[in-house]
Amino acid sequence: MKPLLEVRNITKRFGGLTAVDNMDMKIFPGEVVGLLGDNGAGKSTLIKVISGVYRANKGKIFFAGKETRIDNPMHALKIGIETIYQDLALAENLNVYSNIFLGREKLKRFLGLIKILDHDYMLAESRKVLDQLEIEVPSLKKQIRTLSGGQRQAVAISRSIYWDAKLLIMDEPTAALGVVEQKNVLNLIKTLSSQDIPVLIISHQLHDVFSVASRLVIMRRGKKIAERMTKETTTDEIVGLIVGSIPGDYHDVNTDTAKGSDVNRRHFASKSGKNHRPKQNQG
Amino acid sequence: MMDKADFREILVILVKRWILIFLAIELVFFAVFGTNYLSLRNLQNILLTSTVVLLLATGQTFVIITGGIDLSVGFMVGFSGVICAKVMVSLQAAGISQSVAVSSGIAVALILGLLPGLINGLLVARLRVPPFIATFGMYGIAYGFAEIISNNVPIHNLPTLVSSIGHGYLIYWLPEKAFTFFKIPENLTRLELQNLVPIVPNVTVIAFIFVAIFAFILAKTRFGQHTYAIGGSVDAAERAGINVKRHLIKVYMISSFFASLAGVCYVLMFITGRAPAGSARLLDAVVAVVIGGASLYGGTGSIGGTIIGVLIIGVLQIGLVNLGVPTYNLYIAVGCILILAVLVDQFLPKLVHGKD
Repeated sequence: MKPLLEVRNITKRFGGLTAVDNMDMKIFPGEVVGLLGDNGAGKSTLIKVISGVYRANKGKIFFAGKETRIDNPMHALKIGIETIYQDLALAENLNVYSNIFLGREKLKRFLGLIKILDHDYMLAESRKVLDQLEIEVPSLKKQIRTLSGGQRQAVAISRSIYWDAKLLIMDEPTAALGVVEQKNVLNLIKTLSSQDIPVLIISHQLHDVFSVASRLVIMRRGKKIAERMTKETTTDEIVGLIVGSIPGDYHDVNTDTAKGSDVNRRHFASKSGKNHRPKQNQG
Repeated sequence: MMDKADFREILVILVKRWILIFLAIELVFFAVFGTNYLSLRNLQNILLTSTVVLLLATGQTFVIITGGIDLSVGFMVGFSGVICAKVMVSLQAAGISQSVAVSSGIAVALILGLLPGLINGLLVARLRVPPFIATFGMYGIAYGFAEIISNNVPIHNLPTLVSSIGHGYLIYWLPEKAFTFFKIPENLTRLELQNLVPIVPNVTVIAFIFVAIFAFILAKTRFGQHTYAIGGSVDAAERAGINVKRHLIKVYMISSFFASLAGVCYVLMFITGRAPAGSARLLDAVVAVVIGGASLYGGTGSIGGTIIGVLIIGVLQIGLVNLGVPTYNLYIAVGCILILAVLVDQFLPKLVHGKD
């Protein structure tokens, strides 16, 4: 099988700091890949390169078998790479189907000449995509502000799917959600992969990642240090790889992590998922 | 028997419609305590007095929905009015026919009236100046230019055609005798002229045509939808591929277009161009939009609500005149209504939410 997305030798520097260093990764159709690493490991920078927010200094991106330059976020969206950020970018004052069609509204002719919004069409199409993804919301005519966090996320995901997303990237999808909602989102990720849409998920909630991802890519200090099939590993091993107490497979960068590793281990084990965005990525 | 849930539901419906109920109470109050308050003449007076506020408030609704505000409209009325009057007077003095002079005056005022909106829009959208500051600056600039253009004195001696439009009515009706559009029926006796019933002022007709068109645009079209989306979340709008900057510029131009139209209507109604005209109507316009259900944080509001807001102020204004109460009391009343509107807005969500 051919990978849908392949990044090769991606390097991204911010001044003297190398946030992503010679990174390789493949994502295959229908696969859920967990991208793991401590704060500042370079995960967010990597996905921002893939989603067009940053341009890499070095390296190549192949999408659907072709080498692709992703110049900006709109370009990424156009070729089918959708990123679901925590803020979700929904208009809270608009209803569900209006958000799904925002910017790409379906119009119909009124009295033969004026183009007006075709609410019936947008409502019916939105219902279809929500049904396809087995998402339940109280009503598609309800404003987004009346929905729960998980429902909002489901709306954002359905919008991506309706507009033909080929690859979904999710940054901390469960961080702000309650227990039941987390479960719903994870189920949704499983549904997506069963419909052959691959998902790249970043999360500090190892438990969540283990329950949906089939493969895990672990980064440390901008480098990929290990890759594991979820079935063949344990959370202990992964935490060890993340914090550096277990040496990586590809790069031996484990030299001075001893002083921080205990703290880091506790950080991950307690699932205190609300991480701060790595400072270095903002720059 | 009515149980508690039903009662609550009815209460929610009533509170949601509170502006309509408030308007109805006003009308009943003045009908009972005023003199001939519900006569056709008086009701048309309400429409006529409300015209300038209605136009300002319609443009303002678009701006407020995007989360901005346009303070420049107060003096835009004077600015475009003075331009309109000046062009008419100059062309008439040059011996050009009245119809050409009047239509040129209106056209020039409306076109030049777009300019302050364009500048407001560029400042807000491209240079990220807060709307309050950008339009407040324009408020002063428009006034200054209006005074320069008018040489500090009101412009009089407009073509007579102006008053026949501005003081004219859509329909003239003499029961069982005559029924004409726009023109007073010919060959009437003095008594018949006294009994002639004029229906709907021309100025109101002009205003309502534009208000209706833009109400349609806001409620039914993609442009309207994007206006709401920007008010809801600029990020979401941008991510959805909406050109937010260009959209905001258009919205500020709509507002200044309506302000210039209000200036033109002012000239038609009062047969003069004055620089300070309409400045006191700025407060009324903003209040009407807020009473009409728009949030100053953006994202909500409608032209229908704004129209009711305008009527609440107009009915009150004419009502106070009718009762012989000094009109400065209107400011107190309008201020109170504004605060009431904001309070209802704040507590309404709680009431509605409690139902779920």
